[in-house]
Amino acid sequence: MIGTQFARRKTQWLFAGVTMALVALALLAPLPVTGAAPQERHITISAHTFAFEPGTVRVNRGDTVVINLESADVMHGLYLDGYEISTRAEPGQPGELRFVADRDGAFHFRCAVPCGNLHPFMIGKLIVEPNLPWLRAVAATLIAAVGAGAVFWK
Amino acid sequence: MHYAISEIPVIKRFLKSRWLQWGITVVTLAVFLVVILTGLFGTPAGNHNFGIVYVWLVWWALLKLIFVPFLGRFWCSVCPIPAPGDWLQRRAMITPRRGGKLYTLATKLFRKPGSFGARPWPKFLRNIWAQNLGFLAVALFSALILTSPLVTALTLLVFILVSLLVSLFYERRAFCRYLCPIGGFVGVYSQIAPVAVRVKDPAVCESHTEKTCYTGSDAGYGCPYFNLPQRLQANTLCSMCGECLRTCPKDNVAFYVRVPGADLLNTRGRRMDEAFNGLMMLGAAFIYSVVLIGPDGGLKATARAVGTPGWFVYVAALLSFSLLVVPGLFWLCVRLSQVLAGRPRPDMVDIAAAVRKRDSLFAGYATVLVPLGLAIWVAFTLSFTMTNLSYAWPALSDPFGWGWNLFGTAGMAWTPYLSGVIPYLQVPVLLVGLIVAVALAMRTAHQHQQPSRAALPVSAFCALAVVGLLTLYMA
Repeated sequence: MIGTQFARRKTQWLFAGVTMALVALALLAPLPVTGAAPQERHITISAHTFAFEPGTVRVNRGDTVVINLESADVMHGLYLDGYEISTRAEPGQPGELRFVADRDGAFHFRCAVPCGNLHPFMIGKLIVEPNLPWLRAVAATLIAAVGAGAVFWK
Repeated sequence: MHYAISEIPVIKRFLKSRWLQWGITVVTLAVFLVVILTGLFGTPAGNHNFGIVYVWLVWWALLKLIFVPFLGRFWCSVCPIPAPGDWLQRRAMITPRRGGKLYTLATKLFRKPGSFGARPWPKFLRNIWAQNLGFLAVALFSALILTSPLVTALTLLVFILVSLLVSLFYERRAFCRYLCPIGGFVGVYSQIAPVAVRVKDPAVCESHTEKTCYTGSDAGYGCPYFNLPQRLQANTLCSMCGECLRTCPKDNVAFYVRVPGADLLNTRGRRMDEAFNGLMMLGAAFIYSVVLIGPDGGLKATARAVGTPGWFVYVAALLSFSLLVVPGLFWLCVRLSQVLAGRPRPDMVDIAAAVRKRDSLFAGYATVLVPLGLAIWVAFTLSFTMTNLSYAWPALSDPFGWGWNLFGTAGMAWTPYLSGVIPYLQVPVLLVGLIVAVALAMRTAHQHQQPSRAALPVSAFCALAVVGLLTLYMA
């Protein structure tokens, strides 16, 4: 009885170890990145009434991105998470952001100038493809779920 | 595995002191008053108003990221909302009345000869269903409440007035235990906390007939949350206020540090109202993530435009998602678990019977929603509090937005904290929540005499919830 319990505990630790290793691998393993040839992309984003238009922008890794921020009502800003760069615009005076999209994943951009009540939630999204961080997180989630099930399976 | 840290004399003295709780409550009450005043008279621009910044960014971040995961319901013990009612009932602020006696209007109006005199809380409300409905009611207006200082102030004023009114007629913290919309989910999620107040030896309680921990004594008041500590199985209804530590003459109550989530290990006899709280909170987290954090400005404006046709559509979507879609999917998973187990249980066929039954399989499996839901709420909270937290500095110096500079921080620029690493914090939190949830699903199956395979549907539900949230944030 004690021997069986010991063997089971050993198997559980083994599964736990393998799961953690696979999760770490899914999240951190270097992967070859292939995709379209880098190009310069000019994107106009209109900011008005607590929203960016378009709300989601997709580019490829390596692209040079030029964002032209236009405001249709009051002064707005655009701060890009992850890249930590910003610009601002007011009606008739657009702002510009130029950067190389050298990090893949999804990055929120948010208004950087208080513009009213919904200002903290004035958020858009830049997706730099291939969106490996999301794929890695999903893979890690599925591995963690299967692994946890295996560890506690009786 | 637990350790009674209250056995260390210095800590015991600290925990039994009435000054600690009273001192923190006075500070939170002062902050609460500033929140009300700035909400009523300050600038309507939310991020320049102390009320919005300190309630929905600072307090919310503290509650979700620190208090609930690490200290359980401790916030409830220092919450300013029930404090005036407490002091009125006690007719004292610090030193307890003789015998821990409480006074209510009901004591005078409804006293019967020989009875203690308090009006009992209605039996049908002795659960957290009212709290669940209260949370949903607040959630319907949340886009407005979160962004309008005036509406935040009015909401909090309603909370404190209802709390005061309830305390005039019903003893103890009936509002906190049965009505507070925040207390419901704080209680459910506090089962994760690595701290707890419990009796040391139940046999000692059996022989102690006076039950001063419940009735009160010269040393303190009876449990404000109507708990008999010897029957306490989970943190859900305990604010760790320390009254039972003070009133136990046998020194049989202790403050424990323990394995996180220990309250969830027993999945039998779980309550349906708590199960629904978990489901409802999960649904609300998804709706908020789509509406508030998502890129669609039209949705945000609609959620804020209270009373418009679009807002009613939003209300219908929020209610049906939280009350029908999420619970329905979860119910299907539990039903499927029975098919896999090969032993159908009547309580999964007759939903009404499941609600009545205290040991429902549905409620048992719903324990998975505690670690999963808390992880999802932590991820959601990280997504908007960190980037906006720097508004706290100017709001501290200029709480009304009138151009003051009390502490020299009014001119501090907005600086998004941790904006580049938030996804890297969210992913591990969600993974830990998911792993614990799957472990609990397996445990639920085993404790309900099901084979391990029966836990697969609920485990898949949890995994899909995490993948769904990751997709909302990262794709």
